[in-house]
Amino acid sequence: MTPAAISPVGIRFENIDKRYGGLYALRRVSLEIAAGECVVLAGRNGSGKTTLLRIAARLVRPSSGSITFLDKKNGAITAASQTGFVAHATMVYDELTAEENLLLFAELLGIAEPAARTETLLAEVGLTDRRKSLVRTFSRGMRQRMAISRALLNEPSVLLLDEPATGLDPQGMSWLAGSLRQMRDAGRTVLMSLHGESEISALATRAVRLEAGSVIADTQTGASLPSILTFAGA
Amino acid sequence: MKKHALASAVVFLLLGAAAYGALFVAPTEKTMGTIQRIFYLHVSSAWTGLTAFFICFLANLLYVWRREPRWDWLAVSAAEVGLVFTTVVLVTGPIWAHPVWGIWWTWDARLTSTFVLWLVYISYLLLRTLVEEPDRRALFSALFGIFAFIDVPLVFGSIRWWRTQHPQPVVMGGSGSGLEPTMWYVLLFSWGAMLSLMALLVRARFEFEAVRGETELVRREAEGA
Amino acid sequence: MSLFSNTAVLLGKELRTEFRSRELLTTTVVFILVVVVLFSFTFDASSAESRRFAASLLWLAFLFAASLMLQPCFLREQSNDTLSALRLSVKDPFAIFAAKLSANTLFLLLTELLMLPVFSVLFNVPVFPVFGQLVVVLFLGSLGVSIAGTALSAISAQARMRELLLPLLLLPLLTPVLVASTRVTLALLDAEPYMEWKGIGFLIVFDVVFLTALWLFGEYLLEE
Repeated sequence: MTPAAISPVGIRFENIDKRYGGLYALRRVSLEIAAGECVVLAGRNGSGKTTLLRIAARLVRPSSGSITFLDKKNGAITAASQTGFVAHATMVYDELTAEENLLLFAELLGIAEPAARTETLLAEVGLTDRRKSLVRTFSRGMRQRMAISRALLNEPSVLLLDEPATGLDPQGMSWLAGSLRQMRDAGRTVLMSLHGESEISALATRAVRLEAGSVIADTQTGASLPSILTFAGA
Repeated sequence: MKKHALASAVVFLLLGAAAYGALFVAPTEKTMGTIQRIFYLHVSSAWTGLTAFFICFLANLLYVWRREPRWDWLAVSAAEVGLVFTTVVLVTGPIWAHPVWGIWWTWDARLTSTFVLWLVYISYLLLRTLVEEPDRRALFSALFGIFAFIDVPLVFGSIRWWRTQHPQPVVMGGSGSGLEPTMWYVLLFSWGAMLSLMALLVRARFEFEAVRGETELVRREAEGA
Repeated sequence: MSLFSNTAVLLGKELRTEFRSRELLTTTVVFILVVVVLFSFTFDASSAESRRFAASLLWLAFLFAASLMLQPCFLREQSNDTLSALRLSVKDPFAIFAAKLSANTLFLLLTELLMLPVFSVLFNVPVFPVFGQLVVVLFLGSLGVSIAGTALSAISAQARMRELLLPLLLLPLLTPVLVASTRVTLALLDAEPYMEWKGIGFLIVFDVVFLTALWLFGEYLLEE
């Protein structure tokens, strides 16, 4: 998607526990995701998918256990500018325009040429025409484009997406599938939570199923993907 | 259980001795008369209340640092017990003031600061009832508790400088506020007795809070399942 | 120096959104106006009396207005989870607080300066001869209110009954600011105005103490 070379980065979760007020949201989750994999997290609501993604994004501190980002030779690297996170919410300001939003976060991140970067990203997600409109006036699909372009500002090697397909119309769905495929093919590691089977789940090279905060299934092949996604009536 | 009973007995003996000291050992104050003997209860409660709030502050810091529920339990226990002692101060103040100055409430620096402190810790307890999730409740109330305690000297300073109408030269009220040695001994002994009572109450409250915390966890587990 | 540049960028965003809608400023100005007018009904605002009470009324009105104005500070970051976006983008989370409290100080100061002439007319107190000194105390007082208020609005945004909770947490804590600012203002509105330097010094101490506390503990306020 972006011409810049992506240095492949993997993620290693080791014995992650997350407790909220004594209750386990995640229990002894160990998971190693190699650089360049496209992994789907499946599971019911409340199974811990969001918590795991927010831990990977460094928004939530695990109660115990550790998370490491790995380079090609499995050496640990600092995570600071390696991840891009698309949450369930849009994470952009409704009361700012598309351009202002991206410029704001680009400047906060200390990106070299914020204006140029913003322009490129807006063109890539197809929002150049609407760059002067307030995000408040955007449709769900356009907001999702904003969310993804914000996550791509720092050219992350790892992309974390929490239910990116929710609320998208078929057109938005194809767009999302297309751009995710490009990101995967560019060498980015993708970890996303999904509900059910779709165009997007078809991109996955691996599926991991969480239940009650633990990993209960982990499949590498594309063949058994549907069964793991719909397992136990997701 | 046995240890508890013993501790309680010791505390009650100490309190009895303090009461005896205040009523019979300490000399009668010349101008104020017998009513001045409430001073031993009033001042020792004030100091004990402040000590309890200080314990709450330390527990708040430890919670933010260690994130262990027991520091949260200690903080809420100390805050509640501290509130009880400051309530005693706010009640005995007017009882003392009325016969001496002819008014129930004086906007004296110490009494007023205590009142503000009382309000601040009431809001601390209120905040705790309004946050559902236990970890968040513990963290946010601990942070508020830290801001609140940092505020204490500022509240006291501002009121002392600008709001005092009745300078009260009894203890630490500036130069010439000498207390007779016997009065000092009785006061310090009363404070010691009050501190032991506070320790007993905080301990009991802490154990109760620990059980309540465990029960809450079981309830949340049951609801979550 | 990413703290400064981040703060500047964020402050720009706070100002831009506010001056675009002007919701906060308009409502606060109207609120203060209502309070000041209502106050004037509750007693005879004759000159000698009003000089004695004017300063306290003014600061009470400002404090109540501030406790309402600071409500949306962190609340409006919740609807789209923009607080997380900020946490992921800034190097030092203190930049988030620094920007918000600067913006709040500015908004408060602006509404206060707008209200001063109205107040001067209604209560018959001359504010213009001491305007410069008044600005100093208004700034230091508003800064203290904003520091404590920004910190506590991060707490109250996470609780139930938050609209009631913020004033309840904030106002008792602001007793020192109220006392000192009122005192300095009272001296400035005196028939023979003078500067109460002790009060100015006290306000500076309050601001520095709370700013330090916020700097030390701010990042925990943003935890999820």
